[in-house]
Parts: sequence; structure tokens; C-alpha cells
Amino acid sequence: MNKLLKKSLLWPLAAVAAIGFLSVGCSSNGEFGSSSDAAEKVYVAPGEHDEFYGFFSGGYNGQLGVYGLPSGRHIYTIPVFSQTPTNGYGYSEETKSMLQTTDGFVPWGDAHHPELSQTDGETDGRWVFMNENNTPRVARVGLDEFKTQEIIEIPNSAGNHASSFVTPNTEYVSAATRFSIPMDEKNMENMDVSIDSYKENFKGTISFIKVSDKGKMNIDFQIMMPGFNYDLSHAGKGPSHGWSFFTSYNSEEANTMLEINASRNDKDYIAAINWEKAAEYAKQGKGKMMPGKHYRNYIDHEEGGVAKSEVIEKVRVLDPRKLEGIVYFLPTPKSPHGVDVDPTGQYIAAGGKLSTVIPVHSFAKMEEAIENKDFEGKEQGIPVLNYDSILHGEVENPGLGPLHTEFDGKGYAYTTAFISSEIVKWDIETAEVVDRIDVYYSPGHLMIPGGDSQNPDGKYLVALNKITKDRYLPTGPEMFHSAQLIDISGDKMKLLLDFPTEGEPHYAQAITADKVKERQKRFYEIDDNNHPRATKSEKEARVERDGNEVHVYMTTIRSHFAPDNIEGIKVGDEVYFHVTNLEQDWDVPHGFAVKGANTSELLIMPGETLTLKWEPKKPGVVPFYCTDFCSALHQEMQGYVRVSPENSDTPISYGTGE
Amino acid sequence: MDTKEKIWMAIAALMLIGVYFVPIWSISMDAPQYPEGIGMNITVDNIQGKQKNDLKNINGLNHYIGMKEINPNSIPELKVMPYIFGFLIISGLVIAGVGNEKWILFWLGIFVLLAIAGLVDFYIWGYDYGHNLDSSAPIVVPGMTYQPPLIGSKQLLNINATSLPHIGFYISLLSMGIASTVWWKSKKD
Repeated sequence: MNKLLKKSLLWPLAAVAAIGFLSVGCSSNGEFGSSSDAAEKVYVAPGEHDEFYGFFSGGYNGQLGVYGLPSGRHIYTIPVFSQTPTNGYGYSEETKSMLQTTDGFVPWGDAHHPELSQTDGETDGRWVFMNENNTPRVARVGLDEFKTQEIIEIPNSAGNHASSFVTPNTEYVSAATRFSIPMDEKNMENMDVSIDSYKENFKGTISFIKVSDKGKMNIDFQIMMPGFNYDLSHAGKGPSHGWSFFTSYNSEEANTMLEINASRNDKDYIAAINWEKAAEYAKQGKGKMMPGKHYRNYIDHEEGGVAKSEVIEKVRVLDPRKLEGIVYFLPTPKSPHGVDVDPTGQYIAAGGKLSTVIPVHSFAKMEEAIENKDFEGKEQGIPVLNYDSILHGEVENPGLGPLHTEFDGKGYAYTTAFISSEIVKWDIETAEVVDRIDVYYSPGHLMIPGGDSQNPDGKYLVALNKITKDRYLPTGPEMFHSAQLIDISGDKMKLLLDFPTEGEPHYAQAITADKVKERQKRFYEIDDNNHPRATKSEKEARVERDGNEVHVYMTTIRSHFAPDNIEGIKVGDEVYFHVTNLEQDWDVPHGFAVKGANTSELLIMPGETLTLKWEPKKPGVVPFYCTDFCSALHQEMQGYVRVSPENSDTPISYGTGE
Repeated sequence: MDTKEKIWMAIAALMLIGVYFVPIWSISMDAPQYPEGIGMNITVDNIQGKQKNDLKNINGLNHYIGMKEINPNSIPELKVMPYIFGFLIISGLVIAGVGNEKWILFWLGIFVLLAIAGLVDFYIWGYDYGHNLDSSAPIVVPGMTYQPPLIGSKQLLNINATSLPHIGFYISLLSMGIASTVWWKSKKD
């Protein structure tokens, strides 16, 4: 729906774009393809490794795509918020609980903004976080095993869009609601009220998730905000460390036809939040513990690799009207979308999607204005600073529909212009445009490896485009979204490569491969397998009946199952195949599928145990087999289960070989 | 033998202690699907994978061609070898104490004989593993055997096996060399 809206928006805007081109003047360097040495620059020879890992949110596929850069090769997909048949994530008994929420089992998600963990303002390769917009959640993916290790639900949120952005030492991951909803101030419950009572009843929240050294996430506090739509965020750094900035639109507080009704005000706001101060308040027990039921699901291989869920009932809520100094509004033209802090931490650039300039606020001026109480007024009890007092500069002619900005660490900023389909490079100090390049077409986010950190690797830029048509072979009405790799090492931007991405990636992040690949797990130690139903050798393989539950303790190794003949299963039984992969070699998973199962196959990593639940419906002999091509005798890796009628007395028996 | 020569002979004997801490021989295997390599080291009392689980993985591969499982616990030589080196160390020290250079010659003779016996034994061991194959193995290539080379490289199906002496072997050689020099010098005196 979101996407349809964007696409239909595009057509009326095409005319505007054409006018924009004319009025902006020379809009690009006139290149419609790539530069002549592009192939050489993106060529990664067979067997050689890419320089960067790129992590691209999967949008509505709920996954995380991993790409090598500069080759653009798709190297992996990590399932995060969606059930995935590739490896049984969300289907197996061990991983199902990861998708548990207060709305029940939600096997799908709309993933937007991957964010790498940071230490001292630099990407550190420990984790990548990702938000889910529709059922508000934040996930933590471990880069030691490229698996989703934790998912926390965000309570009192109606759309987790401005998320998941980290502070410079990963002290916090922040999350703000996209939609405000009616929330009663006593128990924060969504209320059954008339939608046009928006202005009286609707509220938003901004949450700060504390991250422990081991990764454990918990919601430290929430801030109750006016009922706007919160859009994007970035944390301050260097001098602005301790602050986070959130864009908002719909300061009009409209509840219908926002296209027009939320575009009226000349300026909306960036909410500047002093999280350090808020954290102090929270520590002192300020604010109120309010209802805020939410799930925290986590999976830890050292603890057995079975996902555990805990339900947390309450959350601390801070009221900025009562706790002074935690929230200020920075007036910002016009329906700002992205908000980005430059690597020095001095400047805050906003992408006003309907604005004709890019406003750049100065953090030093903001602090001074707060000091001098240089307020334009108050908005629902929150001080609004004076636009002119805090402005560092306005970038003129930034293209139409400026959205997001990233930085190269060399004093330049790069902003996507959605409507005029270009990327504009500008000088942060002078706020002057120095270069621009066409992209194909309608870029949302852009990404420079480390481009939102204090130390960007300013060599490449990736434009994440919303429209792909005519760039690849057509595939019907729908096409995968295109990413474009641009060389930013010189004065002029140069297009190097187009590559399709899966789903609808919103944001992406990248990190030098060396920070990640040396710490990779190649297999799990079988001796350390603490799964409660692990089978650590073939000798222990067995089948046990417990009422109508049958537990099959099965092992796999190239190229057989133990046991591979099982009898005594009856219609109406709940059969659990606990399959342990005994291999201790890199990249030798085994698969397990049984005919007629209503879930998916399993893909079990070396040394791991996973469980498939199967409820046989009719008598007969049913085959099972290995789905992952494991060896020359993979095809022979199979077995049979005999299923007898419900009332039969076939005893449990099992075996392997003679 | 003068005092200096006695000390050198003692060094020749004592340096064999090092053999207990490093591998004596190594077999490395290269195959396209093992770009990171796989292999095993033979120490005085054990056979170990070069990397953790290498031995397990080699046994896993070997079962396709019907090779016996390499199980260090069932190889008697690995139980005897520590005593052989112990004997060489102690007898070498006794010779250094007594100072009779003729005994060095005996010591060297025994050492060389033991080394040759060791290599022959290693060859027989390799022959046995490479030839006595399970006839019901999944992969039977007519006429094919899988004996690793005693020393050097050999292509066995898709695997290139390289067998080479390791540090422990060179320590033994050095010990022999020092003892020979002591014998040569003290003979001239």
C-alpha cells in the first residue's frame, strides 16, 4: 500500500520534476550509463572477496539482504521478522517463539532501517539492528553467525518507523512511533474514540532501548510526545553526543487526507532529545511506570539454541512537560523526512521532502539558544527554538524532494532528491552544492559505508531507488528495486553499477569486511550443544513415546540419518523430530523434510539441533530425506516412517542399517 | 671425552625432550572443496588434526572409500614411542656421564636403526590403511589404493596428499648430528 502510494505519487510529480530540472539548471553530469572504467572498479575476481559487507533491509519481505560491495553480489539473506523456508526460521520449534508478540504469532514484518552497532562512534561489526514498522519491533542480528538473536517488541507504539538508530557506543537503540494513536494518559491504552478527536486524544511515543555488552535489549524509558507522525532519527556524536534527533511531520495533527492536510504548515519539527538527561531521570526513578505489555524473544546458542520469550508488563514513561530539558523542537521546513548528523557531530541536516532547500542546523547554536531560552514559543508544553537562531545554513538548489543525507568524512554531504531522481553533493561548511548525478529512479535512502558514523569509509555510495523500470530485463509489473553503486572517491561522482535488491530495501549500512569475517562461526561445537533434546552421537539416537507425543532423537552425518527406519507412529500423534547435525566441518548443513509436514524443512547447521513438528494424518509409509545437497551420496540420505491407524498397537521401533 | 664434549653429548640427549612437544611427521591433504586445507600431525604418542576436527572430517571422507577409521588409541606404536625416546635420552645422558666415546657410536647405531624401523613401520601402517579397504564401501574404484606417500606428494582421487617430516624429526636429526660430531672430535683427541 505504502509502495502503491509512492508510485502513484510519482506520476503527477513527473511534470513537477521536469520543471524542477529546468529551474535547477544543469542538473547532472549528463551521464546516462556508467563511466568507462566502471567494470574494472567493481570487478571482484572469482574466489576473491569484496571489500565491504552491505546490509540491506528487505522492506516488506521482513528480511535482511547481505550484499558484497563493490561487486553488488547478493551473498546471503538473514530472516528476521518473516518465516523463511530456506532454513525453517519461524517454522522450527526452536525459532517459532522469535515471532511471538502481544498480537500473537506475527510471521511477517516490514523492515526498514538496519543499523550497525558502534563503539566510539565507529561501526564495530558486533551486531546489526533492524526495526519492524507494522508490528513495532526491533531485532538484533549477531554478525558472528548472521542470525537473528533477539527481537523486542515496542509497546505503546503504532508503527515503528524512526528506528533502529544507535548512539555512538550502542548505549541505546532508539525507536519512535510513525503513527500517533489515541492513548489515555493513565494507562496508555489505545482508546475507542472518534478518529476526528485526534487533537484531544492522539499521542506518540519515543522509546530508548538499552543494549547490554552481551546484546540484551530492554526498554529503559519512553517519552510521551505530541500526536505527530515521527519519521526518522539519528543520534548526535562528538559535541552532540548525548542527544538524538527525530523528524516529525503532521504537526497539523490532521487525521484524513494527510497528503494535503499534513502539508499545510510551513515548518514542522525536529525533536531534539537529550537522552543522556532522560536516562538520568529514568535512573532516578522519575516518570511513571505505565502499562506497556511487550515481548522479548531471544535465542542463544550457548544456552541451547531454543528461543525463549518473556513478557514484560510495564515500561517507564517520561513526560517532557514535567521533566524539563529533555525535549526541544527545532522548526524545520517542510515535512522533514530524514535527519542526519555529520561525522563531526556539529551539524544536523534535514531532508524537507516538500522543501526547496536543505536546512542545516548548528548544534552549537542550538545549545546556545537553549541556554538563552531563545524560544519562539511552546508546542504542547515543549519549547520551540527560533529557526533563525539555530540555522547553520540552507543548501540552495538541492534537487526536488530532498530526503536523506550521508557523509564521506571529507567534509561533504550527499543528499537524495526523490522527485528529481538525483544525488546532490554539497559542502557542509559552505552549504553549497558542488556536484550532482542522476540516479534511476527516485532514490529514497542512500548509504556510504560508515556514512552515519564518526569515521565513514567515503569510497562508495549506494543509492537505494524505488523505481527500477528499464534498468534490467522486465519481470512483469513488479520488479526488484534497484541499487546503484557510485564512486565518490574523486571530485565527481561516477556511476559504477546497477544491481537488483530483494524486497523493497529502505536503508542499508555497510562495513569493511575485515571487521566481520575473521570472527565468523564456521560450525557449532557439538560438545557445547546445550539443546535439551540434542543427540550427540549415533549411539544415543532413539525414539520415545510420551502419550500421543513421539520424540525422535535423530542424528545426521554425511550421508545418512540415524535412525532411518521408524515404526510405531500412529495417526493423531504429535511427532517431534529433534535432528542434530553431527558434522564439525564448515558449510556442511543437513536438511530434513518429511512428506506432508505442514511447516517447512529444517536446515541444521553443523553441531546444531533443530526440531520439526509433524502430525501424520493418514496411515502408510512416509519418506523423509535430506534437502541440502551434502555429499556424493546425498540422494541416498533418506529414511521411512511407518504410520499406523490411531487404534493400532504397532510398537515403537527404530533402527539404522543391519 | 673432555668436559666440553660431555656437555655437548648431554645436550644431544636432552634436546630429544623437545620431541614430546612437537609433531614428528605431518600429512596434509589438498582438495578443491578444502581450500583451507585439512590434515594431521603425528606426535610421539598421538595423531591430531591440524585443525580441531580435521581427524574426524578425514575419517568422514575415508568412510566413502572404505578406509579404516584412524583411531590413535588403537595404534600400538603410539604407546611405545614415548618409551623409545625416553630410553634414548637416559642412555645418552649416561654416556655423557661416563664419557666413553665408543658408546656414542652404539647409541647412534641404535638411534639410526630405530629411526629406520620407525619409517618402515610407518610405511607398513600406510600400506595397511591404503590397501585393506572395506569391500562394501560406497566408492570402489577398481585397482585403486589409497596409500599415502612415505615422503612427498601423491594424488589420491581428488585429494593431493603430502607427507613430510615435522619439527620433531629435525630435532632428532640435529641430536644425531651433535652426537656424531662429539664422537668424531673425541676420537681424534
